[in-house]
Amino acid sequence: MTTVEATRERGTRFWVALLFLGPAMLVLLALVVWPAIRTVYDSFFDAAGRNFVGFQNYQDMFRFQRMQVAIRNSFIWVLVFPVLVTTTGLVLAVLSERVGWRTAFRLILFMPAAIAILSSGIIWRIMYETDPGQGAINALLNVPAAFINPPGDLQGTAPSTDDVILGDNGLSSTVEIGADGGVVRLGLLRIRAEDLPESSIQAADPVAAGGGTLSGVVWRDTRPGDNVRGVVEEGELGIPAVTVQVVDSAGNVVGTAGSGDDGAFSIEGLDPGTYSAVVPPAEFQGTWGGIAWLGPTLITFGAIVTGIWIWGGFALLVIASGLAALPRELQEAARVDGATEFQVFRRITLPLLTPVLGVVFVALTINALKMFDLIVGIAPGSVQDEANVIALEMWRTAFTGLGNRGLGSAIAVFLFLLILPVMVLNIKRFRLDEDRR
Amino acid sequence: MTTLASRPAPPVEHMVEELTVARRLVKFFSRGLVQFVLIVVALLWLMPTAGLLITSLRPPELFGVSGWWETFGDLSQLTFSNYSNLLADANMTSAVAATFSIAIPSTLIPVMLAAMAGYALAVMPFKGRDALFLVVIGLLMVPLQMALIPAFTLFRTLGISGLPAIWLYHTAFGLPFAVFLMRNYYAGIPTSLIEAARIDGAGEWTIFRKVILPLGFPALAALTIFQFTWTWNDLLVALVFSTDQEPLTLFLRNRLGEFTSGIGIISPGVFISAVVPLIIFFAFQKYFEAGLLGGSVK
Repeated sequence: MTTVEATRERGTRFWVALLFLGPAMLVLLALVVWPAIRTVYDSFFDAAGRNFVGFQNYQDMFRFQRMQVAIRNSFIWVLVFPVLVTTTGLVLAVLSERVGWRTAFRLILFMPAAIAILSSGIIWRIMYETDPGQGAINALLNVPAAFINPPGDLQGTAPSTDDVILGDNGLSSTVEIGADGGVVRLGLLRIRAEDLPESSIQAADPVAAGGGTLSGVVWRDTRPGDNVRGVVEEGELGIPAVTVQVVDSAGNVVGTAGSGDDGAFSIEGLDPGTYSAVVPPAEFQGTWGGIAWLGPTLITFGAIVTGIWIWGGFALLVIASGLAALPRELQEAARVDGATEFQVFRRITLPLLTPVLGVVFVALTINALKMFDLIVGIAPGSVQDEANVIALEMWRTAFTGLGNRGLGSAIAVFLFLLILPVMVLNIKRFRLDEDRR
Repeated sequence: MTTLASRPAPPVEHMVEELTVARRLVKFFSRGLVQFVLIVVALLWLMPTAGLLITSLRPPELFGVSGWWETFGDLSQLTFSNYSNLLADANMTSAVAATFSIAIPSTLIPVMLAAMAGYALAVMPFKGRDALFLVVIGLLMVPLQMALIPAFTLFRTLGISGLPAIWLYHTAFGLPFAVFLMRNYYAGIPTSLIEAARIDGAGEWTIFRKVILPLGFPALAALTIFQFTWTWNDLLVALVFSTDQEPLTLFLRNRLGEFTSGIGIISPGVFISAVVPLIIFFAFQKYFEAGLLGGSVK
């Protein structure tokens, strides 16, 4: 081939190549390269994009409270999310290798990746309802919660008279023990007759029983028809098996009794003086109210858990395919040499798996930084500010309300600068892989 | 172990046997434990989707009153009325149509452009090819947010709005990954095949159509599925560029303000929007995974 021919050959090739490359390059230039450069330029201008303001937007960015929260949350995302998801993927990849239905298992875990991230956020908003009677997560947590801290029999009730007080220390009423003893009536409202034990009978009005004895009654101070509060009337039921303590002015418990089927109790051997009749707070312990996952404090944590649900399957699949590609001989050799399963994992599998774990970790870090739809979907309007992340704040600043072009651009550049080192790492790894080939 | 040690040493063979029995027992139980743990994890993973599906099949008045799982105890609660109401809603049907009219061109355009560009970058020898490919890789790093504001202004200046704007933006930000994937896939095709076609007198376009496209099918399929799922599920681009067209994600997002009262629309809406990607997921599982796994670089 002569040089002329070679040049012509090369020349035609270039034009043909341009035909193939042209459309893609044009779109990339017009809609990625130029706008990205323009965004950097815009970030030095004011909200309308007219006056040069220098680094003002970059300073403002760290001063505005909404953005500070966004930076803090994105920081939490980057610190927590990639570690949790990679670990979940690793553990499940290793475990699922040991079961026959591993393909089905991995399919189930990967499924959320097909659903829109916004939708996943909405799905978990339903899961996270605070009332354990409505939100599945709190309902699951309620099982151990009810076991550890059982709701009391008198939960939800309220005293019927003003001289009986219900507080953090339980139900209490002041009593005077005189020469002929003392009397106390602990009336309760907001308790249904059918919620009382079946043994419960007509309440007995206490009568002073003489020296040093406190006589009292715990009863349901309501009945069908007319009703006088604080008075034990016909048709009002006693509340059985309630523990009542007598506490002296120094706070010492000096006597304890349980109420009978008619609600009556009596405590003897008290010196004359002033005491409190107290029903301990455990009786009034309410049902567990559930954790406010969608509240301002926990929303980021709740969203990260949702993130595990969305991306756990992705991590699992990548790590599992990495595991499957590992040479088995090394592990077998170690087992023959008497290494335990854990040692094999720790000393052989894990180091060999490091590159794959790195890929997953980096991809998840980038996802954490770009987090947007999940927050929109999961955070109720009132806590969007507390759930805020950088990518979301960029959109809010630039495209909602009046729209601040300069500040929005500065936030975009900031996001880019955060993603850049992670991406460089990613590409370096890719180039290393290329060179090894 | 201590009791074993205090006993007189048993014959060696006996001890070996005892150990293997013990080992087998441990293995049996640990395998059982692994099975149990994985079943629990799988159920936990399925629970949210199941909860959504059941919520969408219950009367909306029950939301905020009782848990969706209580429907298991009272199957008479189940009703399709949420779905029939929603599908009779013109906003919803046009949202489904809008989602298709966004996702299909936003997938086909970048896949076609990337198939061509990837071929040039992988096979054609021209000056600056590797540098150009490096630039494409560099563009992978640019987050979507980096171009939103200027692109928004540019489209307004050019009078482009709504669907075409969304197509173009998805094309632009789908391209770096698409070109990257196609170029790497084509690079693995033996050059002898292409040389043979050239010797037979085939032009570049013929080679592309008759050799490259068919050989590149697995990568094209994975890419198509990835890009389709991505654009179908997108919220941000639609949020910025859509005008009169409201895709499903936007439809849902605009109704989140009244979550409790809107649950009769939101829950079936979420399910309907998930149906298409889920069908693709189960039908093209192999390609879907390949595409999304490749997406780890995006």
